[in-house]
Parts: sequence; structure tokens; C-alpha cells
Amino acid sequence: MRIALFATCLGDALYPDVSRATVRVLERLGYTVVFPAGQTCCGQMHINSGYFDEAAPLVRHHVDTFEAALSECDAIVAPSGSCVGSVRHQHAMVARTRSGDTVLAERADAVAAKTFELSEFLVDVLGVTDVGAYYPHRVTYHPTCHSLRLLHVGDKPLRLLRAVRGLDLIELPAADSCCGFGGTFSVKNPDVSTAMLADKMANVLSTGAEICTAGDSSCLMHIGGGLSRLRAGVRTVHLAEILASTEDDS
Amino acid sequence: MTHTFLGLPAYAPEGVGNLRGDETFPHAARSALKNTQLRRNLGIATSTIRAKRAAVVGELPDWEQLRDAGAAIKADVMARLPELLEQLEAAVTARGGVVHWARDADEANRIVIELVQATGAREVVKVKSMATQEIGLNEALEAAGISPVETDLAELIVQLGHDKPSHILVPAIHRNRSEIRETFLREMPDVPDDLSDEPRVLAMAARAHLRRKFLSAKVGISGANFAVAETGTLTVLESEGNGRMCLTLPETLITVMGIEKLVPTWRDLEVFLQLLPRSSTGERMNPYTSMWTGVTPGDGPQSFHLVLLDNGRTAALSDEVGRAALHCIRCSACLNVCPIYERTGGNAYGSVYPGPIGAILSPQLTGIRGHGDPNSSLPFASTLCGACYAVCPVKIDIPSILVHLRAQTVDHARAERLPNAELLSMKAVGWTMRSPLRFGRAERLLRIGRLLGWRRGRISALPWPGSAWTTSRDLAVPPKETFREWWLRERGQPGPPGDVGGSP
Repeated sequence: MRIALFATCLGDALYPDVSRATVRVLERLGYTVVFPAGQTCCGQMHINSGYFDEAAPLVRHHVDTFEAALSECDAIVAPSGSCVGSVRHQHAMVARTRSGDTVLAERADAVAAKTFELSEFLVDVLGVTDVGAYYPHRVTYHPTCHSLRLLHVGDKPLRLLRAVRGLDLIELPAADSCCGFGGTFSVKNPDVSTAMLADKMANVLSTGAEICTAGDSSCLMHIGGGLSRLRAGVRTVHLAEILASTEDDS
Repeated sequence: MTHTFLGLPAYAPEGVGNLRGDETFPHAARSALKNTQLRRNLGIATSTIRAKRAAVVGELPDWEQLRDAGAAIKADVMARLPELLEQLEAAVTARGGVVHWARDADEANRIVIELVQATGAREVVKVKSMATQEIGLNEALEAAGISPVETDLAELIVQLGHDKPSHILVPAIHRNRSEIRETFLREMPDVPDDLSDEPRVLAMAARAHLRRKFLSAKVGISGANFAVAETGTLTVLESEGNGRMCLTLPETLITVMGIEKLVPTWRDLEVFLQLLPRSSTGERMNPYTSMWTGVTPGDGPQSFHLVLLDNGRTAALSDEVGRAALHCIRCSACLNVCPIYERTGGNAYGSVYPGPIGAILSPQLTGIRGHGDPNSSLPFASTLCGACYAVCPVKIDIPSILVHLRAQTVDHARAERLPNAELLSMKAVGWTMRSPLRFGRAERLLRIGRLLGWRRGRISALPWPGSAWTTSRDLAVPPKETFREWWLRERGQPGPPGDVGGSP
């Protein structure tokens, strides 16, 4: 099986370790990964901020790029629940309502049908929960809103984490409560966003974990940014990075 | 911008009613967040109701089917609204009621005032009702020299405190018992000076106060949870029995109801009488469900008036995506699970409809006025976390409607052609992201950010607008090498066919 990596703009520009880790996990399981270099951004920020005119060309670009990739790949995988959520639940809507292009909408749906978030791809498509990882740390898991309520990944990330050797998984209180990021919400409503973050951090700290993990770099950027400001002694690590770790790393 | 536009449905008029606050949400929220008492009260109250709701919803094996049924009935109502409303009017009239049609808050208030004045009453007792709060009926009655008495305990607390309701179901959720005691001592005649703040004692004081009002009232005013088009039956659900007093004791009953509150048949109530109590109060069955059809000679009010209120609902109905907001049955489950509402409370939303449902309903009823309009900030008062959609008993996809309304707001701003930094930067980012070549260059530019955090390994201060982030959060320093560069260096392999631009 050949897999096209959808690194996401954040995973390309700011968090290359997460994209590298995704490649590493998939290759270790014996699959070929390709990186369609034409990819840029799915347009989620524009769509969720209401800039449909600006999002429409990004949707078209994403569909063009990954439709072409699917001619030689079987699936598209991204280490992000919210970007996959946008591809699955918003691309066709933007194509239809803004571009007025029903053909593009159908093509977007076809691309979306082959696009998976990392944990659902591993568990549902590949049928793997033990990816052979080793990570001797105390970890708590924050289920990001879009993974949880848009993609319905359920306990798949937890099943993957439980299979990691050496990992001490601590349940996060009020785990399903949003961290307050919400894309441009974090800067349009900085006070409410920070109030939500404060409660999320209090819950993270109450676990005594040294690492907070999740399946979305954007939410981790928010939680990690807050923890860093507090010098809290807890850091954020993407799920893909934990799954990529082996004895050789420690 | 009202009914001079022939053929276009009118929005709720400005200057009357309670659908729009004075400040945008971010501003109002900033003050609300500082109220530690409010935060504590709300945190406790919402988590208690959340847990109760989750428990009673979990008991029903057919909950999802009930939600589907509720959504389908409401979609059917919206599709056939004109014919169903006429059916309701005919049924109510046939049973001795009088139906009035109110285009907006002004008309509805005028109709109610004239009806009350015709009875000669100077005081009316009120059942808890969102529609009358929406149109500012109490303020209008007072201006006409008529005293409205709220009889729902929490609404009474809000009224006596000269306060605003902050929750659809529990309007005094932001007050604690010592605050309520002070309000009662100050505003209620005949309460003993040694009134304690024990909930039972406070409830008994309100009971004695209200009993006198019920026994003397000539006119009762209510809203309605449901109206059955087929039979002309009106329904009110409440927990205290005070509503039933208002619905049965006075000689005249006036009901103000939004036109979307219809269900086609009696049987349809079966679905909603299960959905509503479990979603709102977390009860299996509603304690006081009152139903009445027109006038029953010799029993209850002998004069019944139904005021059907539009006030922007037809405008909402004309929006293919937004109209689902009219499916709302006012259970407030979305408020109780909303992480934003839980921290800011309802008053920050400015409208009587707060929380996620308010963020999609209020702007649709009033229309969006453009930049600086408090209601144009409401669709942005959400992280799109989806908790509201997950609990909505009639499956209103609130996050999708929020995004839809955001797009309308942005398009509105675009049409204003005023200097708009956000629009410019969104355009610039969009232009950059459209091409992998430009994106690759932009990524290299980002590396300048490494200088900002070179000593600390983190970026802790950025100039505006980045300061909105860095006031409370650090930012990671951009990496030395992007993933794209690493891939090219390590793998050197071009992408698959259809590659646009390949290597930067």
C-alpha cells in the first residue's frame, strides 16, 4: 500500500518533527510513503473564519494535488484531526456554495473518502494498535474536539497509546472539554480562550504527567504555549512522535 | 432596513426588545470573566446539569432515533409553516380563542397592551417565557402603566434584582443564595427581617409573595413550548406549578408565541415531551405540563388570545442553512455543555438567547449590521468544538451554521469596502497558500522568527496582532528546516504526477 502524506501547513512549516514521525511510523509498518510536494494548506483557517472567497482556491488546489496523488496512492494520511475534519466536512460545501462547482464538490468528496487521520488510519484501515513503539514517560492524552466530535475517533488514540511499551498513561480529567484554541478564536477572543486554557492546564497538571499528547499540532501549540509560559515542567508531544519512538531513541 | 424592502422578510426592529447587547462579545466577555462569583456559580451549575442530562439520556436506547424524529418533525414544520399556521389559527378560533398576528416586537407589544387595557387590569401575572423577554414586553407594559409580575422563581429573582436573565432555563444561574436573600429583603414587601439564605426559606418567601399575586390577577401572560396545528392546543412545560396558576386562575389569558413553535399533530408531542425534559432539566418526565385548547366554558380563563410573533423568524427561515436554528425547542442543553458559556455566562451574549443557540439565532433574527455590531461578533464566539451539536435534541448542526454566519459577516464586511486589516491578511495568506512555491518561500521567511526566540528557545512577546496570542501563550521557535526541505534533502524524490511546483 502506498500512502500519500498530507503534512498540513502547520506540520510542514512549524512542526516538521510531527510529519517526520508520521512517515517513520508508517514506513516501520512496511508501507511506502510519498509526499505530494504540491500540497500547501487545506484552507481550514479561512473556512472557519468565514473567508470562503479565499478558501475556495485552496480547496481546489488541495483537491487537484491529492486527486493526482491518488492515481498512485491508496490513501491520504494526516497527523491532524481538524485538517481531516475540514477536508471531510467542509471542502465539498465550499466548492458547492462558493465556487458553484458541483464537479469539484464531487471530486472533493472522493478525495475526502480516502483521507484519514493518523489514529483512525492505523486502527481502522491497517488494523494495528501496537506499532512497536517504546516511550518510557508519564503521559496524559487530550482528545481534540475535531477528532472526537467530527471524526469520532473514540478511544483509538488511547488504544494506540496503551500498546506503547514503557508508557504510563494517566487519564485526563474533563478530557473532552475544549482547550480554547479554536483557530482564530484564540486571537479574536483571547480572554475567553485563555480562561479555557487555564482550566485545561489545571487538569493536565493535576495528572502529574510530564507529557500531554494529542492528535493535533494546533491544539498542542495552544496547550504547550500556555504550559511553556507557566514554566510548568510539562511539555506537549504529538501522538505521532510517541508512536514513532523506539528503544533506539532513548 | 425593515419592511420598506418589499418582498424581503423583515428583521427584528432595533430599539425594542432584548436581542442585541451594547458591546461586542469579546468586550462583554472580558468583564464577565473577571466575575469570580459568576464563574464559580456557573461552573457548579452547568456541570451538575450536564451530569444529570447525560445520565437520563443514557437510559434511553432509542435516544438517537428520538433526536432524528425531532429534527424531521421540525424540518417538516418549517417547510409547511404558512399552511400549518393557518390550520392552527382556524383550530384556535373554532375553540373560542382569538388569534393575532404580530410582524415584530413593536406590534406584539402593542397588541398585548391593548388587550390588557381592555380588561382594565393594572397588574398581570406572567409565566416564564422567552418570547416575551425577547420582545421586551415587561418594559413595554411598564411604560403603559401596567405592572408585570414574573412568577417563575428564577425570573422573579431576575426581575426584582433589576437584572437580566443569563440562561434560557435557569435565568438566575449567575446569582447565589445570599445575593437572592439580599434582593428579596430589598424588593419584596412583607418579608421578615431575619430572612435566612436557606433555599427552602427563600422559596417559601417567594411563594407567599406570589400567592397573593395569583389570587388577585385578572390577566395572565404566557409563552408556549408547543402549539399543535391540528387541534389548536397550546402547551407550557414548567417545574414549579406557578405557570399553571397563571394559566388557570385569571379571567384572561394572553399567549405570545414565536411562529416556529408549531408541531403538526398531537402525536408529534410524544417525541418532544421525551426530548425536552431530559435535555433541559435532566428529568425523565416534566413535572407540570399544561395544555389548553381555546376556551372551556366555566373552567379556566374565559378569554384567550394567541399572539403569533414573527420578529425576524421569516428572515431566518429564508436562509437555507441558517433556518435550522428555528428548530430549537429552548432546552438549553447547548448552553450547559458550552465551554464558552460556562466561563462567560449568558449576559455577555447581549441577547436573551445566549450560548451556542443564541450565537446562531440572535444575529439571524436581528440581521447583521456590519462592523462593530455586537451581534456580528456572536458567530465568532465559539471554538467550533461541537459539544453543542452533540447534545442538541433536534440535532441542529450549530458549528456549521456558525461557520455559515461567519461567512455572511465577512462578506458583509467585504461589501463595506472599508480598510480591513483582517481581510487583507487573510487574502495575503490565501494567495501565498495557493502556490507551493510561494508557500515554500513564506516558510523560509518565517525562519526570521528564530531570532525572536533565539536565546530562550521560545517566543514570548510579539507585536500586534500577534500580541493577542503572546499575552498568555508562548510560541515555539520556527524550525531550522521545514518538512518539505527535509523531504527534498533526504528523499530527493519528486512527488507523484500532478505535482504542482514540486521542489521550492
